[in-house]
Amino acid sequence: MDSILEFIVGRYNYWLYILLMMIGLYAMISKNNLTKKIVGMNIFQTAIILFYISIGFKKGGTIPILEHTSHAVEVSHFVNPLPHVLMLTAIVVSVSTFGVALALAIMIYREHGTLEEDEILKCLEQ
Amino acid sequence: MRYLYLLLVVLSASVLFYATLDFPQWGDPNSPASLHVSPVYLQRSLEDTSVPNVVTSVLADYRGYDTMFETTVIFTAGLACFVLLRVFAPKMKDTYYRHIQSGVVLHIKGQTTLLDGSRDFERIDSRWVPADIILKTISRFLIPFIQLFALYVVAHGHHSPGGGFQGGVILGASIILLSISFDLRTGLEKIHERGLGLFSATGVFIYTGIGALCLILGKEFLNYGVLSKILPVDPVMARSLGIFGVEVGVAITVMAVMVSIYNYVSSEGRLDEGL
Repeated sequence: MDSILEFIVGRYNYWLYILLMMIGLYAMISKNNLTKKIVGMNIFQTAIILFYISIGFKKGGTIPILEHTSHAVEVSHFVNPLPHVLMLTAIVVSVSTFGVALALAIMIYREHGTLEEDEILKCLEQ
Repeated sequence: MRYLYLLLVVLSASVLFYATLDFPQWGDPNSPASLHVSPVYLQRSLEDTSVPNVVTSVLADYRGYDTMFETTVIFTAGLACFVLLRVFAPKMKDTYYRHIQSGVVLHIKGQTTLLDGSRDFERIDSRWVPADIILKTISRFLIPFIQLFALYVVAHGHHSPGGGFQGGVILGASIILLSISFDLRTGLEKIHERGLGLFSATGVFIYTGIGALCLILGKEFLNYGVLSKILPVDPVMARSLGIFGVEVGVAITVMAVMVSIYNYVSSEGRLDEGL
């Protein structure tokens, strides 16, 4: 019983991120409206960001800001800084790509007067 | 069709769930991700760069190339929004002026700047509603403090959570708040479109310029230690100052790009009426 509980507690965060990721993926592939697709892409990115941050965590570790006085740094006392760095840039880049995606959506709306995918395809066939 | 998509999603979810069985326990200090390079960063950050915040030193020094090209990606995103959306010859839209004392609105057919300098009239958007005085007053009161906090986050990124990306986003948010609570023209009066373009290029230029300066002084690109030749400090402190310079560049680019993306997307590239 205890081993099952430990198994669940050690992994349930990954399962939640997979769930979030799949919500984003489903929105991206099945929704008809382009804005909803873009929102799905953002949910997908958020899941990946949470996953990376979760990888970097160490039990009992604190934020990776050292003290000037300490001589030998005990590595297990500080969480892994590398995923934080990667996700720090990824968040800002995801906001920028979101802006570009919205700009493309506005251009499509200007051209076809709609954001529904099937109507756009019908427009293109004519 | 919808069931096919659902099946696809469930299938990939089950593959991912199966993969988690091999994952290390959550919070395991000996997980593979925490054993490879991050201990070296944690142990050597202080003696190499004298920056206590390891995230900052990894961001701007150990992984300087990564951050430089991320900054370039953000700059390119701002450029892409400009190229996609900007319209220079707007359709003839009507202009609206409101007499401040009486509240009478003048509807003028076509574009005009007739009453722009007038003290009795103010230009309003076509979908104008009476402005909420609480919103205006609070945001006017808050914006200086938000900007001061942004500068603190940039400048104190060596010793506390913060740095160029975060500070730049806060600074951009303060200007976007101004554009939302008043109107787009008020925001554009504070920072003109040309200024925003100049700022977003300046940040990338500062970053690559510091890198090229290291190259000119005889070391590798972005090896800030060599800056001690022109600065009155030792190489370790020169690295710290180099990181600071780079962070300032990142903050300027991020601020300008966030504001210009908001401007272009909210006004569909015409820069006349925002949200």
